[in-house]
Amino acid sequence: MDIIITGLLLGGTYALIAMGLNLQYGMARIMNLANGEMLVAGGFAAFWFYTAGAVSPVLTVFLVAPVAFAANWLIYMIFLRPLVKRAKSRGQLEVDAILTTFGLSFVGVGLMLAFFGGDYFSYSYLSVPVHLLGDTYGANRLVAFGAAVVICGALWLWLAYSRMGVSIRAIAVAPDSARLVGIDVRALAALAFALGGAVTATGGALISTFLTLDASTGVIFTLKALVIVIMGGVGDVRGTVVAALLLGLLETFVASVIDPGLTLAAAYLLFVIILLVRPQGLFGRKTT
Amino acid sequence: MKRRTFTALATLALMAGLTTPAFAQDTLKVGAVAPKTGPLAGGAAVSYWPNVKLWVEDVNARGGLKVDGKQMKLEVVEYDDQTNPGETIKAVQRLVDQDQAQIVLPPYSTGLNLAAAPIYARYGIPMITSTATTDKAADLSKQFPNVFISLGGAQPIALGAVEALTKLKAKGDIGNKIAMVNVADAFGIELAGVAKKAFEAAGFQIVYETSYPLGTQDLSPVMKAAKAAAPDAFVAFSYPPDTFALTEQAIVEDLQVGAFYTAVATAFPGYVKRFGPAIDGVLGIGGVNTESPAFKEYAARHMAVTGAAPDFWASAVVYSTFQVLEQSIEAVGLDNAKIIAHIKGNAFDTVIGTLDFDDNNNNPSFWTVGQWQGGVFKGVASTGREGAVEPIKKAGWK
Repeated sequence: MDIIITGLLLGGTYALIAMGLNLQYGMARIMNLANGEMLVAGGFAAFWFYTAGAVSPVLTVFLVAPVAFAANWLIYMIFLRPLVKRAKSRGQLEVDAILTTFGLSFVGVGLMLAFFGGDYFSYSYLSVPVHLLGDTYGANRLVAFGAAVVICGALWLWLAYSRMGVSIRAIAVAPDSARLVGIDVRALAALAFALGGAVTATGGALISTFLTLDASTGVIFTLKALVIVIMGGVGDVRGTVVAALLLGLLETFVASVIDPGLTLAAAYLLFVIILLVRPQGLFGRKTT
Repeated sequence: MKRRTFTALATLALMAGLTTPAFAQDTLKVGAVAPKTGPLAGGAAVSYWPNVKLWVEDVNARGGLKVDGKQMKLEVVEYDDQTNPGETIKAVQRLVDQDQAQIVLPPYSTGLNLAAAPIYARYGIPMITSTATTDKAADLSKQFPNVFISLGGAQPIALGAVEALTKLKAKGDIGNKIAMVNVADAFGIELAGVAKKAFEAAGFQIVYETSYPLGTQDLSPVMKAAKAAAPDAFVAFSYPPDTFALTEQAIVEDLQVGAFYTAVATAFPGYVKRFGPAIDGVLGIGGVNTESPAFKEYAARHMAVTGAAPDFWASAVVYSTFQVLEQSIEAVGLDNAKIIAHIKGNAFDTVIGTLDFDDNNNNPSFWTVGQWQGGVFKGVASTGREGAVEPIKKAGWK
């Protein structure tokens, strides 16, 4: 029981890390390697507001999300729109986007270093024990898990049932055909990218309550997000959630029952197995 | 049009670069290379970079470095090696060949110092390392006579932890059951290996032992398992992010032990800032003589100049090695061979006290364990430093 809850909590953290990238890669078709930097920036905002003004990170989120949304929309318009315009094929766009966002990740690290310095930023928020079914868990992890449930649930409902959500899914599946039925592909792609950035930054603000970050830790989160998104299936919210929870449960199980030293090995073994059995990811559609 | 603007800008930038006056004769170029990005950037931002800034400010405030009777101001050239040994080596070459730096400071961390030792040796630069812990000082100085070690070795550091816990056991503060974890890399494995044997020899029983990969995001399974083993003491040979995570988990799980030891970053000011009075009694790697006037004065200047407090381990050592270099240059000038001979032959008065290298270019007396007592991280075990205090029992977390 203890393993399951700890695993689910870790899985929730992973979902927060990966959901934004899923929107950006799955819907807007931008493989964003600067995703981790956005997460760290969100975490920094939470740290700064908490240490300077004792503002709860849970409240900071409501500021971080719109700011990150606007910033990512601008990033998309300035740096990525030209790539989308000139790309002749999906493959070319992917290569161009990877190169550009790889560069942007360095810019992100550099900016954060210049503004905040290279020091670790860590603070204690809600690091109090909560008793649940006879065991103790950190309250901050529970809060992050709750937020993950809310964010992922809202995204899924929105994508599945709202008109705009359906349009976004349409551009993910068939951008060329989507135009024929009157969907403004360009505007929606920008929106999906911006939304992904906002989700990532929100996740960063929440996980900074229990993880120690510094300006250059972003790449670790980009990698983890990438693994989860690919495992779950690109462009599918359910896939990302399931993959994140699976990874959290597996890592916790291995750490508790076998040996903490094997968690990474187990995680990548799962990744390899999924890629071998279902190369398109758990919920991914087969590419034709 | 756009292209023309760009070309014009580029030309301007180039001209600006070219017309910057070659440094005037009364300035000395000081080169520094250490991580500003990458896994070790966080540590370097606490212990290394602020000291470079502080030292240069201090020397310039005095009117400069006295070289052959002439006062010369210092000017720093900083490079980021991205925590990548290849980049460290390239940066050193660049500092010497291209920037013509007359002084090159040592890099940051054990790994990067060892990786860069050959290139410093090739240029004959005195390399007074301040953030490298190694037990191989004797071999190193034989191969590279320009290299000095001041932070100590892994062996004494692990033994220091054993010594502190043995003292607590003798006082009856803790029993003999220990939970010991370590980060699965060279540092953690080496220290845990040494400590395990020494703990067992000292009559301790290791009731839980494990390692975890670098960058583990959730250490709660580790802490839960450690707690389940009902230890009297908890020891972790950990790196900064896991030092923070393990402490937080110990608080969340309310781990009741009479001694709690975490390694790197326990001595960071950010540690007490994050956890507050809950961590009173936590033991950690490092330590300083917090009562010495030299350290107090140094800490105050560090705060005033860099806006941050120094840590209670490597910070003062880093500054001390700069002082050794400074005093040597003032004594014998800029000839590297003479500087190295001077460092070997003399003892230096620094912010950590007297720094006197032995025949193996090793500083034999250094702090190994400190403890948070009343908001200050005081040295409790060392290999011959003055000012150690008695370790106390860790009370509850609240």
